[in-house]
Amino acid sequence: MTRLPAPNSEGLRARYPAVFNRPVSARLATPAMLLGAVGIFVFGLVDLEFSPARMLAGLHQLGWITLMMIPPDPGSSLPAYLVALGETLSIALLGTTIAAIFALPVSLLAARNIVPSNIFRFPVRRFLDSIRGVDTLIWALVWINVVGLGPFAGVLAIAVSDFGAFGKLFSEAIEAADRNQVEGIRASGGNALHEIRFGLMPQVLPVIAGQVLYFIESNTRSATIIGIVGAGGIGLQLAEQIRVLEWQKVSFLILMILVAVAAIDWISGKLRFAIIGRRAVV
Amino acid sequence: MTRLSFANADNDAGLMTVAVPILPSQQLAALSGAYRAAVARKRIRSTVAAAVFLAALVIAAVGAEVDLRTFVTKIGNFVSYFDRILTLESGARVWTDIGEWLWGWRKWSLLLGETILISYVGTLSGAMLAFALNFLAAENTAPAPWLRFAVKRLMEFCRTVPDIVFALIFVIAFGLGPTAGVLAIAIHSIGALGKQYSEIVENIDMKPVEGVRSTGASWISCMRFAVLPQVAAGFAGYTLLRFEINVRGASVMGFVGAGGIGQELVVAIRKFYYSDVSAILLMIILTVFVIDIGTGWARGRLFGKDARA
Repeated sequence: MTRLPAPNSEGLRARYPAVFNRPVSARLATPAMLLGAVGIFVFGLVDLEFSPARMLAGLHQLGWITLMMIPPDPGSSLPAYLVALGETLSIALLGTTIAAIFALPVSLLAARNIVPSNIFRFPVRRFLDSIRGVDTLIWALVWINVVGLGPFAGVLAIAVSDFGAFGKLFSEAIEAADRNQVEGIRASGGNALHEIRFGLMPQVLPVIAGQVLYFIESNTRSATIIGIVGAGGIGLQLAEQIRVLEWQKVSFLILMILVAVAAIDWISGKLRFAIIGRRAVV
Repeated sequence: MTRLSFANADNDAGLMTVAVPILPSQQLAALSGAYRAAVARKRIRSTVAAAVFLAALVIAAVGAEVDLRTFVTKIGNFVSYFDRILTLESGARVWTDIGEWLWGWRKWSLLLGETILISYVGTLSGAMLAFALNFLAAENTAPAPWLRFAVKRLMEFCRTVPDIVFALIFVIAFGLGPTAGVLAIAIHSIGALGKQYSEIVENIDMKPVEGVRSTGASWISCMRFAVLPQVAAGFAGYTLLRFEINVRGASVMGFVGAGGIGQELVVAIRKFYYSDVSAILLMIILTVFVIDIGTGWARGRLFGKDARA
C-alpha cells in the first residue's frame, strides 16, 4: 500500500480562511437559532398550561370519547344531516362563484401589466390583503349580524373572504401571462379592452378556472366550519352534537364530511384535467 | 371574418406597404366554413357546460336559502355595520381618539401574543410529527407499502377534518384554554405538512440515497445523510408558510374556547361592542401582516430572492 502524501494542511487553511477559520458568530448562528426556537417552544408549553398530568387526563378522556364514537350512528336524523350536507355544498359552490365573479375585474386592477402605476395598484393590493387577513369565521359572524342566522350568511362570508384570495391569485395569473399575444392584438388595431378580452383572457381563464375549482374543494371544508358560529350547513349540526355529547352522531357527521370532501376532490380533479389538460395543476 | 386575409408568411415583412393577396372567394368560403364548424363545436360544448353550471348554481341558491330580497333590504346594514364599528360610543370617529379606541391594547396584545404562541407551538409540534411520518409516506422512501397506505390515510384524516372541529372536541377532553387550540393546530399541521413534506421527498435525486445505502447504512442513516440535506430548505419553507396560515387559524380558536384573541372578538361581536370589534380586527390584521412579511423575508433568505414559494 502506498501512503498518500500528507496534505499540506497549513496551506489549505491559509487559502480558505472562510472554511477553516469561520468567525465565532457564524459558527454559533445555527445553534443559537435552534436554541432560541426550542426556548420559545418550551416557554410556550409552560405559558399555555401544558402539564403532564393534564395531558394524561385529557388523553384518557379522549380515549373514552373515541370509544363512544364507535360505531358511527346517525340515529333518526339522517335526512336532516343529508339536507345539511347539501346546504354546505351549496354554500361552497355559490360562495366561490360569487367571489370569482367579483374578483376578476378587481384582480385586473391589481395586476402590474394592466395597471403599471404603483400608486393605483398599491391601495387595491392592500385592500385585498386586509380582506384576506380576516378569517372566514369572522366574516361569517359579521354577515350573521347583517342578514341573520342561516346559510345565506355563510355564502356571503365565503364570498367575501375568497374575494381577497382570488384577487391576489388572479392578478398573479394575469401578471404571468404572455405579453406577445397582447401586443399582437394591439398591432392589429385593438383597443385596451380588446387586448384584455382577446389577448389576456384566453391565456388566463383556464388557470383561473383551475383555481376556482380548487377553491370549491377547499371551501367545502371551510363551509363545514362556518356552521359552528351559526351560518348554516353541516357544521351547525356537528357543533350541536358535540355540545350535547352525542358522540356516535359526531363520528357519523365527521365521516359524512370526509366522504363529501373526497367526492368533491375527485370531481374537481377530473374537471381540472378536462380544462387545463395534464399540465401541473395549480 | 371577411377581414381575415390569409397572407403568406413570407410576405409578413412588407405587410404594412404591400397589398395583401386575398384568396379566391371559393377557397375562402371553404376555409371559413371549416373554421366555423370547428368553432361551433367548441361553442356548443362551452354553452352546455355553462348551462350545467348555471343549473348547479340555481340548485345551490335554493339549497343555501339565498334570498335576494333580504339581501337588498339588509345590505345597508353591512355598510352601516362598518360605519358603526368605526364609531366610538361618544359618536366620534374612532381615529379621532386613538386612546379611547384602543383602550384595551395591553390585554389584546397579550392575547395576540398567546395566539402567536399557540400557532408557534402547534406548528412546531405538528412539524416534528409530520417530519417523523413523512418518510414513511413518500413513495421512494417508504419501507413497506402497507405502512405507506396507513400513514397516508392518517394524514388525510388529519387535514380533512377542520382544525376547529378538533378544537371543539379537545375543549371537551382537555378543558377550556389554549391547550386544546395547540393540539388542534398540531393535528391539522401533521396532515397538511406531512403531505407537502412527502411530496418534496418524492421529488429528490435518488443517487445520494443509493450511495449511502451501498456503504451498508441503515434506513435511518439513509434518511439522515442522503435525503435530509436535499429537502431541509423545502421543509423549512413549507413550515413557515404553515405557521403563517396557522396564525390566522389560531385567531379564531377562541370562538370555541380554545384560547387566543378569538374569545375577546366573539364577545365583542355578539355583544355589539362596536368600536372594540374594529380595534381587535385592526390588531389582528396588523399582526397577520407582520407575520406575513416576517415569514416572507425568512423564506426569501432560505431560497434566494427569485425562488419564493
